[in-house]
Amino acid sequence: MPIPTRHFDALILGAGGAGLNAALRLAGADARVAVVSKVFPTRSHTVAAQGGVNAALANVMPDNWHWHMYDTVKGSDFLGDQDAIEYMCREAIATVYELEHAGVPFSRLDDGRIYQRPFGGQSQNFGGDQAARTCAAADRTGHAILHTLYQQNLRARTHFFDEFFAIDLLRDDEGYVIGALVLEIETGEPLIIASKTTLIATGGYGQVFRTSTNAFINTGDGMAMALRVGVPLMDMEFYQFHPTGVAGKGMLITEGARGEGGYLLNGDGERFMERYAPRALDLASRDVVSRAIATEVREGRGCGPNRDHVLLKLDHLGADVVHHRLPGISDICRTFVGIDPAKDPIPVFPTAHYAMGGIPTDRSARVVAPLRHGPEEVVPGLYAAGECACVSVHGANRLGGNSLLDILVFGRAAGQDILRYLKENPNHRPLTDSVIAPAMARLERWQRRGDGEPVHVVKADLRKLMEDHCGVFRTEAVMAEGVEKLVALRERVEGVRLTDHSQTFNTARIEALELDNLVDVGMATLCSALFRQESRGAHSRVDYPERDDQNWLRHSLYFRDGDRMDSKPVRTKPLTVESFPPKPRVY
Amino acid sequence: MSTATADDRELQRLRWQCRRGMLELDLLLDAFLERGWGDLDEAGRRAFERLLGFPDQVILDWLMQQAVPADAVLRDLVARILAVVIPPPPRP
Ligand SMILES: Cc1cc2nc3c(=O)[nH]c(=O)nc-3n(C[C@H](O)[C@H](O)[C@H](O)COP(=O)(O)OP(=O)(O)OC[C@H]3O[C@@H](n4cnc5c(N)ncnc54)[C@H](O)[C@@H]3O)c2cc1C
Repeated sequence: MPIPTRHFDALILGAGGAGLNAALRLAGADARVAVVSKVFPTRSHTVAAQGGVNAALANVMPDNWHWHMYDTVKGSDFLGDQDAIEYMCREAIATVYELEHAGVPFSRLDDGRIYQRPFGGQSQNFGGDQAARTCAAADRTGHAILHTLYQQNLRARTHFFDEFFAIDLLRDDEGYVIGALVLEIETGEPLIIASKTTLIATGGYGQVFRTSTNAFINTGDGMAMALRVGVPLMDMEFYQFHPTGVAGKGMLITEGARGEGGYLLNGDGERFMERYAPRALDLASRDVVSRAIATEVREGRGCGPNRDHVLLKLDHLGADVVHHRLPGISDICRTFVGIDPAKDPIPVFPTAHYAMGGIPTDRSARVVAPLRHGPEEVVPGLYAAGECACVSVHGANRLGGNSLLDILVFGRAAGQDILRYLKENPNHRPLTDSVIAPAMARLERWQRRGDGEPVHVVKADLRKLMEDHCGVFRTEAVMAEGVEKLVALRERVEGVRLTDHSQTFNTARIEALELDNLVDVGMATLCSALFRQESRGAHSRVDYPERDDQNWLRHSLYFRDGDRMDSKPVRTKPLTVESFPPKPRVY
Repeated sequence: MSTATADDRELQRLRWQCRRGMLELDLLLDAFLERGWGDLDEAGRRAFERLLGFPDQVILDWLMQQAVPADAVLRDLVARILAVVIPPPPRP
């Protein structure tokens, strides 16, 4: 039976901030837009962003986009592309005002202008005094942005496919991406969405690590889809970890807890940061604290029955300080650990938070890859924006408040460029069976019956493997062993079988499809981390502790075919200003 | 269809409704589905369905006890969810 097919001008995979902002731009210009989301749109992960979005509005302190640009380049440890960063920081101001006009209830100053709070990494005057650049809607900025964009899209008549799971992209023989195969979760029926253009906006992949702040839906689906049509992933070794997440759960315990005087203890009751950072102690930089915790656990000095975490002690601060200055922490501890942090120490472990790497794009959000002629050839019809993309504005590390900015600015840029493309390419390209076959094969593979391992067992092993071999403790030996184990695990996936073969709401099948994706992005991350023999930004190697601009001021590229690595130069030339050359790191 | 399989289907459907944009909700709702949903009566199940229709941020506020639902049925349900999912204090 032929698979039903729908036709659109633009197909957007993902209804987070990136997808919805792109959709809005397109629907407003009367293009036929389809947005596919595996969960109801306002349940996208953007809803979890509480901190805010950066823009140099200069409402609270002097500021300008050029200082914002400097901070972003420096924060990226000079790996960010300076043309894209300049574009983002300039566009930030209009983007925030656009959101304000769309109805996002930003917190305000007494005179009615948008309030801005200071955040780490923000400076005035190229590294001078603290700046205040983050705009927030109370502590629910992501929620406010997502709900506003969703309402606006409904008004603009964007067509939503809610609770549809995208399986794979459709790419024809000439290299054009012409839509995707998706699955309606409720009925289990496949559907082809033929589209002149496709935007991947599927978000991050924190679920590949055992301890992560990310929701269960963050499984890197779009990144893996790109890999499967031959597109590489860029800078995947750069993953931001926070030193203290609730062990075994993942939620962040803010650095404020150590700022107030909390400290870490190992299984012997020792205040181990004294050995790793005798002066800064528990307030040492994130990667130092993260690695210290991982080292204690690796060397058998962890806490708990499995010795797999350390303890964050706050009880000496007194109930008043803990409950009043750190209320969020008390709530998390009560609800998820069953303790009062004013009385009991909190079990913690480094938690995976944000992916800097992803699908390589230019600043119009067009996917670019070294295909035949050069390192940055455009993949016709394909776009990517948001956490799944790597444009690259975060380089080796992301500043707080810059990722909401990234998704909004480049989501919009994608929408704009898609309109241009549609003018030049007004017709659908033919869709043949051979284009659909590989995507269908991936779906049908999960119909196989018989005995085999269950999905959840392999998934748990994968997440543990990634944490152990590609977490915050990285050496050649640790990661090479990790690759070997992951190759074996990838083979095990072949033997995984589903016991539930029903059609309606077969969530087991969705989880199996997600497992495929996690394995692919896990391999990309591990191979890239092994490849980069230096420490830069969030990628910190015990065996190569220094940044090496001579050899590694380059973006890494991972190709799924043969697990091959390549690299390409960083775009150090901004659009209109002088470039910021790499400076030595001082902390 | 036997009631057992009807329940299974319903559980699968709800499992997807419990996939949210926030890790906190994933963990709490999933745990309740595993350990508490089966004990709900018809009215309780209808209330749970209704709860899942609220925005993530609202459900989070309720489950983190930052706010209380105005509706008494939801208030009872939230208390019941918390009773099931909050771990017991560790033994000294
Ligand atoms: C706890 C937390 C707090 C944060 N706070 C901040 C902050 O204060 N400021 C900041 O700038 N950044 C913050 N971030 C980061 C930021 O929230 C994310 O990077 C950003 O929201 C990602 O948006 P997105 O549009 O790329 O993807 P998402 O919002 O993750 O949306 C992805 C979309 O893709 C869909 N999807 C995925 N796979 C498929 C598939 N196979 N088929 C169909 N649909 C699919 C999903 O349903 C969803 O709609 C935070 C992150 C976390 C985890």
